[in-house]
Amino acid sequence: MAEDSPVLQMTGISKQFPAVRALSGVDFRLFPGEVHALLGENGAGKSTLIKVLTGVYELDEGTVELDGSPVRVTSPHHAQQLGISTVYQEVNLCPNLTVAENIFLGRERTTGPVVRWRRTRREAAALVAGFGLDIDVSAQLGSYPLAIQQLVAIVRAVDLNRVDGAAGTKVLILDEPTSSLDQDEVEVLFGVIRRLKSAGVAVLFVSHFLDQIYRVCDRMTVLRNGRMVGEHLVANLDRVGLVRLMLGRELRQLEELREHERAGSGEVVLRAAGLGRRGSIAPFDLDIGAGEVVGLAGLLGSGRTELARLVFGADQADSGELTVAGETVSHRGGPQATIARGVAFCPENRRAEGLIPELTVRENVMLAMQAARGWVRPVPRETADRLVAKYIAALDIRPADPEAKAGSLSGGNQQKVLLARWILTSPKLLVLDEPTRGIDVGAKAEIQKLVVSLADDGVSVLYISAELDEVLRLSDSIGVLRDRTLVAKLANGPDVTADQIMHTIASGAQP
Amino acid sequence: MTATLTRIRQRDWRRLSRHQLFWPLLILAALLLFNLPFTPNFFSIGVRNGHLYGSLVSILYFGTVPILVALGMTLVIATGGIDLSVGAVMAISGAIACRLISHATDQNSVSLVFTAMALALLAALAAGLFNGLMVARAGVQPIVATLILMVAGRGIAQLITSGFILTELSRPYAVVGGYAAAVPTGLFIVVGFVAITAVLTRRTALGLLVESVGGNAEASRLAGVRAQRIKLMVYVFCALCAGVAGLWNSSSLGGADANNAGLWIELDAILAVVIGGTPLTGGRFSIGGTVVGALILQTLKTTIFTIGIPAQANMVFEAVVVIVICLLQSTDFRRRVGRLVRLPRPPRQRQAPPGELADAGHGPAIASVSQESVEATS
Amino acid sequence: MTTLKIDAQRSASVPARLRILRDPRLPIVVTAALLVVMYAYGSYRYSFDQQVPANLLINNSYLIVAAVGATFVILTGGIDLSIGSLVGFSTVLTGLLVTRHDWPVAVAAVVVLVAGAVGGLLMGCMIQYFRVPPFIATLAGLFLFRGLSLMLSKESIPINDKTVASIAQFHVPLPGGAFLSVGATVALVVVAVAVVVLHYTRFGRRVYAIGGNEQSALLMGLPVARTKVTVYALSGFCSALSGLVFVLYIQSGDPRAAIGLELDAIAAVVIGGTLLTGGFGYVLGSLLGVLVIGLIKTIISDEGTLSSWWIKIGTGALLLLFILLQRAVASRRT
Repeated sequence: MAEDSPVLQMTGISKQFPAVRALSGVDFRLFPGEVHALLGENGAGKSTLIKVLTGVYELDEGTVELDGSPVRVTSPHHAQQLGISTVYQEVNLCPNLTVAENIFLGRERTTGPVVRWRRTRREAAALVAGFGLDIDVSAQLGSYPLAIQQLVAIVRAVDLNRVDGAAGTKVLILDEPTSSLDQDEVEVLFGVIRRLKSAGVAVLFVSHFLDQIYRVCDRMTVLRNGRMVGEHLVANLDRVGLVRLMLGRELRQLEELREHERAGSGEVVLRAAGLGRRGSIAPFDLDIGAGEVVGLAGLLGSGRTELARLVFGADQADSGELTVAGETVSHRGGPQATIARGVAFCPENRRAEGLIPELTVRENVMLAMQAARGWVRPVPRETADRLVAKYIAALDIRPADPEAKAGSLSGGNQQKVLLARWILTSPKLLVLDEPTRGIDVGAKAEIQKLVVSLADDGVSVLYISAELDEVLRLSDSIGVLRDRTLVAKLANGPDVTADQIMHTIASGAQP
Repeated sequence: MTATLTRIRQRDWRRLSRHQLFWPLLILAALLLFNLPFTPNFFSIGVRNGHLYGSLVSILYFGTVPILVALGMTLVIATGGIDLSVGAVMAISGAIACRLISHATDQNSVSLVFTAMALALLAALAAGLFNGLMVARAGVQPIVATLILMVAGRGIAQLITSGFILTELSRPYAVVGGYAAAVPTGLFIVVGFVAITAVLTRRTALGLLVESVGGNAEASRLAGVRAQRIKLMVYVFCALCAGVAGLWNSSSLGGADANNAGLWIELDAILAVVIGGTPLTGGRFSIGGTVVGALILQTLKTTIFTIGIPAQANMVFEAVVVIVICLLQSTDFRRRVGRLVRLPRPPRQRQAPPGELADAGHGPAIASVSQESVEATS
Repeated sequence: MTTLKIDAQRSASVPARLRILRDPRLPIVVTAALLVVMYAYGSYRYSFDQQVPANLLINNSYLIVAAVGATFVILTGGIDLSIGSLVGFSTVLTGLLVTRHDWPVAVAAVVVLVAGAVGGLLMGCMIQYFRVPPFIATLAGLFLFRGLSLMLSKESIPINDKTVASIAQFHVPLPGGAFLSVGATVALVVVAVAVVVLHYTRFGRRVYAIGGNEQSALLMGLPVARTKVTVYALSGFCSALSGLVFVLYIQSGDPRAAIGLELDAIAAVVIGGTLLTGGFGYVLGSLLGVLVIGLIKTIISDEGTLSSWWIKIGTGALLLLFILLQRAVASRRT
C-alpha cells in the first residue's frame, strides 16, 4: 500500500484520571488500507486510547485529525457518524433480536416511518453472504454461539455508513476480536480483514495473540505505561524485540517451564466414570492423579468448559459417577460437595462468574474459605488480614490494597485474586478455565509459573486454554475434545507437538 | 499552627462526610430542627397517662412499623431482591391474632395471647417461606414472586376476618402496641430486632454472604456459598419482621382491619432502605442507614402533621422530599449542580459516569472510579 | 475465500419439539389457550351470550390502555408505578376543567393528555439523566400525582356534561348484535397502534434493543436516552388516556380512582408473557393478560356465592400458575 497521508492522526494525546495518568503525549496514526496492531500490557493505555478515539472519554490534551481535518469526537454515536466503527471484545449486540435486526438496528430499511422487514432481511442476508457466512438472518442472535455473534458485529460495523451514502467506514477498530474464535473462524475473520484492506479501510487490531498479529498486520504501535514507545512495520520487528518493547525487559521465563520434569505420587485424586450431561457433553472417563497437570485441548465449543463444570459440580450431571479423593460425589451436591472434598474452580468468565465486583479484594479472597465454614462462624479478622496480605504479596496483586474494590482491578489482577481465593482453601484439584485469557504477557507467565509450582507441591490441576502451546508447556497429560466428546487422552512428552494435537482434534481418533 | 489545624479539620470533615450515615443523619437532623419555629416544644418530652409523651415519642411510636418492616426489607434488597408482600403479611398476621383472641371466651388470658401471636407469626413465616422458595428454588423474579402474595395475601386476610373489622379487648395484647414501663413497647421491639439483626449480620459471616449473593449470585454459588439458602433465609426474616409489625399494628389499634393494615407499607419500607444508602440492585447494605431512613420518613409525616399542613398535601410533600433525597444521592445530579455550588463530597457511590463501559479486563482499571481516589487528589 | 455454514444451536443437536419451547411466542399461546379454556368453562356454566366478550373489553378498557403503556416501559427493562395515580389525577383534572371551569371536553382532554405525557417525561428524565432507579422515581410519581389529585379536590367531582354522557353511552355496533363502548374501541385502537409502533418502526425496535442490552444499544449508536425518556412519556400519556376512558366509565373525577391499578397492569403484562427484565414480550400478550384477569372477575361475580376477596386470591393464584409456567418453559431453553 502506498504511503499516502494518514486517514487518522492522533497527536500528543493525554488523559488523566483522578488516580492515574492513563495516557501521556501519545502519538498514533493510521493509514488507509493498512492493518495496524495496537499492543501493550495491562495498564499500558490501549483501552483508554481507543475510548478516547471513539468518544467514550474526553481527552485532556492533544488533537485528533481525520483525513487531515481536526475533529472532536463527542460520543460513540458521533464516532460512528465520522466513519470510525468499533467492534468490542464483549459482543455489543442485542441477543434478543434477530441477526438481520442487529445488523440494521438504527437504520432499518423503511418506507417513511414503517420498517420493511422483507427488504431488511434480504439485504442482511446479502451482506452476510458477502462476508462468506451462511447463517439464517431471521434467527435470534442469542441462539448462535459467541463466535458467530462477533462476526455479525463485524458485519454491522463495517457496513455502517456505507449504504447511506455518507462517509463509509474509514477506520474499523477490532478490540480482541479473536479471543472467542476457533481456527476456522479466525480464517474467515482474516479473510474479511484482507477484503477490507483492499477496500481502503484502515483496521486497528488490538490483540494479545502475537502469532495472529504477525500474520495479518502491517504495522504496530506499542504502548507502555501510558506512553508510546515505538511504531514499527511488522516486518521490521521480531517477536523477541516486540516483547522486550512491551515489557521493557527480557523474557526467558516461559522457556524454562518446558524443561520441567515432574514425578507424580500415583494416587488418583479425581475419577470420572461415564460422567455426562445431555446437550452439554457426552459421557466421559477421566482420571487425574495427585500433582498431575491435565490439559484440555479442543476447538471452541468442543466441551472443555462443560467438562470442567461437570467435574466441579457447577452443572448437574445426568449420568455416570464422580469420585473425589476416594469418595463418591452425588450429582445433586452442587459446588459445595466438590469444594468440601478439595476441588476448586476458576471460571472462564471472571467478571460474571468469578468475582464479586463491589466487595473488596479481602472479601473476595476470603469468600470460598468462609463459605465452606458456613455462615455462623466467621473467619477471625486477624487471620483473614494475615492471609490476604500473604497472598497479595505472593501473587503480586496490584494495587496491593486489600480494601480496594475487586471490580476496579485489571484483568490480570482479578485473575490473581481468584487464584488466591482458591489456593487459600488448600485444594487437592484446581480447575482453571482460560486463566490467561485477556491478560498481558507478563502476567501470563506468572500464572503459568504458579501452576507449575502448585503441581510441584502436589496439587492437581485441570488446565483449559485456547493456546495450544500453553497446554503443551504445562501438561503432564492432555485430553482432546471434539464436538462435546472427549476423544483422546495423550501423555505429554517432548515429541508431542501442536500439530499432533490438531490432527487428533481433526480426526477425532486416538493417535 | 492554625494552618495545620484547619487542614486537619478539613480532612476530618471530609472523612466524616464520607461516612455512609452522614447525609441521612444530616437530613434527619434538619427535618427535626425544621419543626422548631412551628412547634417550639417539639423536643420536649413529658409524661401523660402514665407514659412518655411528646413529638419525639410520637415519632418513635409510629415509626415502629416502618422501621421493623424496613429492617427485614434491607436484607432482601441486599440480596438483589424485593418483597412487595410485607403489607399483606402484616394484615394476615394481625387478622389471625385478632380473630383468635376476639373469638375466645377469656380475652385476657395471657396464654391465649401468646398462642395467638405464635400462630400469627407462624403464618408470617409460612408466607416468607413461600416467597423464598419461589425466588430461590423456582428462580422467579422477586417482584413477580412477591406480587402474588401481595395480591392474594390481602384476600386471605379479608377471608380470615370475613371482611369485617375485628375488634378485641385483650389487656395483655394491648401491651404489645402500647407502653411498658412508660416507654412505648415498640421501642423495645425495634431496639431488640435491630440488635438481633446487627449481631446476625456483622458478628457472623451472614452479612458477608448476603452481600456476596447480592453482588453476584452466580459467582457466589461457584465459590461455594449456599446462595439458595441465604435467599430463603432473608425472605423468611423479612416476613417475620412484617408479622411482628402486624401484631404491633393490630394491638395498637385494638383490632384488625384487613383492608387497610399495612397498606402500601412496602413502598415506604423500600424508600427507607434506599434513603439509608442500600442500593436497590443489592450488595452492601446498612442497617443503621435503614433505621435512619425510616425515621426520616416518619419524621416527615409528623412534621407535616404538626405544622398543620392539610392531610391531602401529605403525599405531595413526601414525594418532593423523596425526590430531593434521591437527586442528592445521584452522582450525576451532584456533578451537574455541584459545578455551580461547591458542595462537600458525598459518600461512596458505586456508579460509573454515563457512557463509561465495563472494562473487559485489559487496559487501566478505570471503569469504576472510587471516591477515595477523588479525595486523594482533589 | 471460505464460506462457513453455521446453523443456530450449533454444537448439540436440538430436536424439533425443544425448538418450539424456545420460541419466544410460546407464553402468549399458553395465555390465549387459558383464555379460551376459561371462557369455555364460563360459557358452559353461566351461558355467556355474545355480549359477554364485548363486555370484557368494555369493562376493562381502561386497564388495557394502561397495560399498553406499562408494556412499553417494561420492555425497556423499567417499571412504572405511577400509572394508577396518573389515572386518578387525569380524572380529577378532567372533572375540574369540565365541571368547575366549563371548558369544552375536547380541549380538556388534550390538556389532560399533555399533562400525563409531561408527567411521564419528568419521571423519565429523573431515571435517565440522574440515574434514579425506575422503581423509586415512579414511586415518587405515585405519591406526587395522588397527592396532587387530593389537593385539587378532596371529594369526587361529578361530570354532568352532555358530550361526555353521550360518548359514554354510545354503542359501536359489532357484527352479530353485540356492541362495544367508545372506551373499548379506543383501547383496541391503542393496542393496534402499539403493535405497529413496536414491530414496524425504528423506535419500536429501539425499545426492544434497550431491553435486550442497554449497554450494547448505546454502543451501537442508538439514541438510548431519548428513547427511554420517550417511553416513560408514552406511559404517562397512556395513563392519562386511560384516565379519560375511566371518566367515561364513572362519569366523574375521583382522586381515589384507580388506586393500585399499576399492579393490575403489571400482573396483566406478566401474565401476557412479557419478561420484567425487558427485551421479550408482546403487546397482544398484555391484552390477553387483561382479558384473563377480567374473566376471573366475571366468573367469580357470576358465581354469586363467592365474596369479593376471592377475586384477589384467584388473581394471585393465576399469577402463580403463569409464573411457574414461564419458569418451566424458560428452564427448558437452557
